[in-house]
Amino acid sequence: MTDKHYWISLAIMVIITALLRFLPFIIFNGKRKTPAIIEKLGRTLPFAVMGMLVVYCLKGISFSSVSDFLPELIGCLVVGLLYIWKKNTLLSILVGTVSYMLLVQLVF
Amino acid sequence: MKKILQKAFVDTIPVMTGYICLGFGFGILHHSAGYGILTAFITSLTMFSGSMQYIGVGLLASGASYATVALTTLLVQARHLFYGISMLEKYKDVGLRKPYLIFALTDENYSLLCNDHSDIPLNKKKDYYLAVSLLDHFYWIFGCVLGATVGTLVNFNSEGIDFVLTALFVTIFLEQWHNTKRHTPALIGVGASVLCLVIFGSENFLIPAMAVIATSLCILPDENTDTKRRHR
Repeated sequence: MTDKHYWISLAIMVIITALLRFLPFIIFNGKRKTPAIIEKLGRTLPFAVMGMLVVYCLKGISFSSVSDFLPELIGCLVVGLLYIWKKNTLLSILVGTVSYMLLVQLVF
Repeated sequence: MKKILQKAFVDTIPVMTGYICLGFGFGILHHSAGYGILTAFITSLTMFSGSMQYIGVGLLASGASYATVALTTLLVQARHLFYGISMLEKYKDVGLRKPYLIFALTDENYSLLCNDHSDIPLNKKKDYYLAVSLLDHFYWIFGCVLGATVGTLVNFNSEGIDFVLTALFVTIFLEQWHNTKRHTPALIGVGASVLCLVIFGSENFLIPAMAVIATSLCILPDENTDTKRRHR
């Protein structure tokens, strides 16, 4: 099944992904001073982006039925509370993911 | 050098867990779409992007047009522009490592490297960045190939395994929250994203959300109390 369509599509995805990663470094290449506003963005973006990524991961939930949001809600609560309690990233991720998998496979 | 590698390994353990599970999920998905182990390896080596690889399997399996593939990639991956902007300073004097470090700027890698690392000596930082990036890349390829291999051998119910990505970002979000006193940027990130999700729907919200976030952060008054960290 690996054919021309596969390889060309893959190449498009790889090239555009790399291009987007390189673009800021190409534009602000250090030859001229990076504008202050960009530097400010650079300092504040990490915090905002993590919030955006959490929402991005949860974008599929809907509130039309319980099974469309409860596993995600419980999963996030497990991850969050465990993290606040134990401050252990690994433990939170493992327990949270396993609980979520059990919930979607066995309960909902 | 050994110390740097050791620290990089310890710091990347959460991403290792995430990447091996997530890569495993990708491998399974990739296999069930009818593709082999070699393509899973090549894809994870050259694209190195969790979300895009998942979406890519769907695009490929549905025989999407090249224009659709290009546009979808552009929309899904546009957030990487943000990562570059916040790493401009850090990646200024990294020498020949630079092209690879930029290539490897994934969500997870970025989430590890955007922190302060004030405990690493200045001249060792670039080696630390490289070690973290290489380790993460290795975990990712390993996970993807493992999933693609296991997929050919057993029937594994991986439903819900993609939650590992959500869990990873939730913990990083909380960690960042804990490490700063200034929560406005984080709140803007969540608020703008939820708002745009409600208005534009799950397929189209990312670009408007990014626009709102960038604009809000630009007009946010500058406080120098940004990253007063309580270090562990």
